Amino acid sequence: MLETLQNLGLGFQVALAPGVLWYGFIGCLVGTLVGVLPGVGPLAGISLLLPVTYGLDATSALVMLAGIYYGAMYGGSTTSILMRIPGEAASVMTCIDGYAMARKGRAGPALTIAAVGSYVAGTVSVIALMVLAPPLAAFALRFGPPEYFSLLLLGLLVLAYMNSGSMLKGLAMAALGLLLGMIGIDQMSGYFRFAYGVAELGDGIGVVPVAVGLFGLAEILLTAGRPDPPEVIRPRLRDLLPSRQEWREANMPIWRGTAIGFLIGVIPGSAHVISTFVSYAVERKISKHPEEFGRGAVAGVAGPESANNAATSGAFVPMLALGVPGVPVAALLLAAMMVHGVTPGPLLIQQDPRLFWGFIASMYVGNVILLILNLPLVGLFVNLLRVPYPVMYPIILVCSILGVYAVNSSVVDVWIMLGTGVLGYVLRKLDFETAPIVLGLVLAPMMELSLRQALAMSAGHYAIFVTRPISVTLLTVGVVLVALALRPLVSRTLDWRSRLPAES
Amino acid sequence: MTVDRVAGVALVLIGLATVWESRAFPLGSLHHPGPAYMPVVLAGLLIVFGAAVFAMGGGARNLRQVGWPEWRHAVAIFAACAFAAWGLERLGYRVTMAVVVGFLLLGLERKGWVVGLALTLVMAWGSFYVFDTLLRVPLPRGFFGL
Repeated sequence: MLETLQNLGLGFQVALAPGVLWYGFIGCLVGTLVGVLPGVGPLAGISLLLPVTYGLDATSALVMLAGIYYGAMYGGSTTSILMRIPGEAASVMTCIDGYAMARKGRAGPALTIAAVGSYVAGTVSVIALMVLAPPLAAFALRFGPPEYFSLLLLGLLVLAYMNSGSMLKGLAMAALGLLLGMIGIDQMSGYFRFAYGVAELGDGIGVVPVAVGLFGLAEILLTAGRPDPPEVIRPRLRDLLPSRQEWREANMPIWRGTAIGFLIGVIPGSAHVISTFVSYAVERKISKHPEEFGRGAVAGVAGPESANNAATSGAFVPMLALGVPGVPVAALLLAAMMVHGVTPGPLLIQQDPRLFWGFIASMYVGNVILLILNLPLVGLFVNLLRVPYPVMYPIILVCSILGVYAVNSSVVDVWIMLGTGVLGYVLRKLDFETAPIVLGLVLAPMMELSLRQALAMSAGHYAIFVTRPISVTLLTVGVVLVALALRPLVSRTLDWRSRLPAES
Repeated sequence: MTVDRVAGVALVLIGLATVWESRAFPLGSLHHPGPAYMPVVLAGLLIVFGAAVFAMGGGARNLRQVGWPEWRHAVAIFAACAFAAWGLERLGYRVTMAVVVGFLLLGLERKGWVVGLALTLVMAWGSFYVFDTLLRVPLPRGFFGL
């Protein structure tokens, strides 16, 4: 414990250095804007801002990009509560009761409860991250290729299981992403696969153009031609404070949301989105007045908002401890680390303690910055929504093209963004989720390499995956998940997704 | 035809195309996989999932129920992006982006000339200044160094 505190002290020295603090602040500010603006989620935001970090040192870059991530989680609640437009996917549940509170004249308290809940969840979950990541990293040193393969397979299965749509569609999208990840030079044999003479595809398809295409461009294609945005409710500063009764109603949901969010966040998958659904369902289930949900229940705002922020920190656990991205945003952060010459994985804590602990400490600082930013400046952020979308989207489009091009100075990446943008547009029209594609794309090379290395270790015997304890445990969990997903088909019982409340 | 049935067919076709294209590389064996092994396995999975989506997709929405009210905008935005991809290294960043933003604001969205031109210039030249000049992210130049 003493060692952890000493390390945290080192982290605060790094995080409070003026340069790092400044970039952390910029990250939080930009992240909040990203969260406020519908259609620009944290994935697109980080992708767009990635080139800006090229000139920075690794710590400042990572702190800034992480700031964008959790800033977007905070900012997403503003439009959900005031306009019933989720700034990003994790804020969907906040729309229901947040907007209902706003319609009853309680927009200010709803925003305050969301911000305070986010702050508590963010801070508590960083403590949990701090405690959990180092021992997990030490444990991960026991991982060889079979364990990594099983872990990656489990990650994909969890992602598909937790998918808010059907598991089958989630798996199909993950398989599509894995196939896209096969493009490029085969790491073991040197064969140039599916590149059709395009030299730029030698290193494979980059995660940034695919992410910007699937999330940024697809959203613009879907939204740009739609009619005018809905009415914006503007709270006054003096109306921000919740009543004593509202604080009481928010207290326990904030703590429950924090626990649920962090635990779900640690598991690879669409963590923050799922955590909000689960938190909302739990709050409604245990509430003495479930009939109030959908009509402005305080717990319906406090729980999901806390959960999505706790899940954000939770998602960093596998990324920092194992070097395995659990969510697409973590995959982008890993890519950013590699761009800056940092090798993610279990040895990161030992080899680069300043970066690791600086990053952890910056999250504490970031939470304070976000609390300050989100309450007094809420009016300012809401004013951004006055900019009409027909003016906003060309600006976002220029940033998308610029961000994608700047990663490798390659127009091939811009074409890839265009292709995946159209793919994302069509898939969204056909009710498919696109996040598993990005995760599949990132995991594909790791997965193939670890499979072939494991088989090389065992002289071609697949028994290696079931004779090693960690590997077999991970595979067993995967099998259980598949069985759980298949159960409704067999028994015709409905799973938790169908019991979620419909938006009123 | 429901959306799931259409998607199922598309997924199966992608899987089949991948298997066909994988013939160019050695498959290896179950115990010693070659470079085509993983793509073929994944394509097989995609075919299975696609077939399952098709088989279970009878109750999904009909394709005709999917609204495409924004298709004109979507096509125009796609065309603007395609032009950007084509023009970036031929015409230079600033000229390409000026054409793209100008087309979107003035041609597609019918914003006023003053606002449209001002935003076009600010976006094309401003973003170049911020990224290329200040942040040292090299952006392509075209005629006359533009």
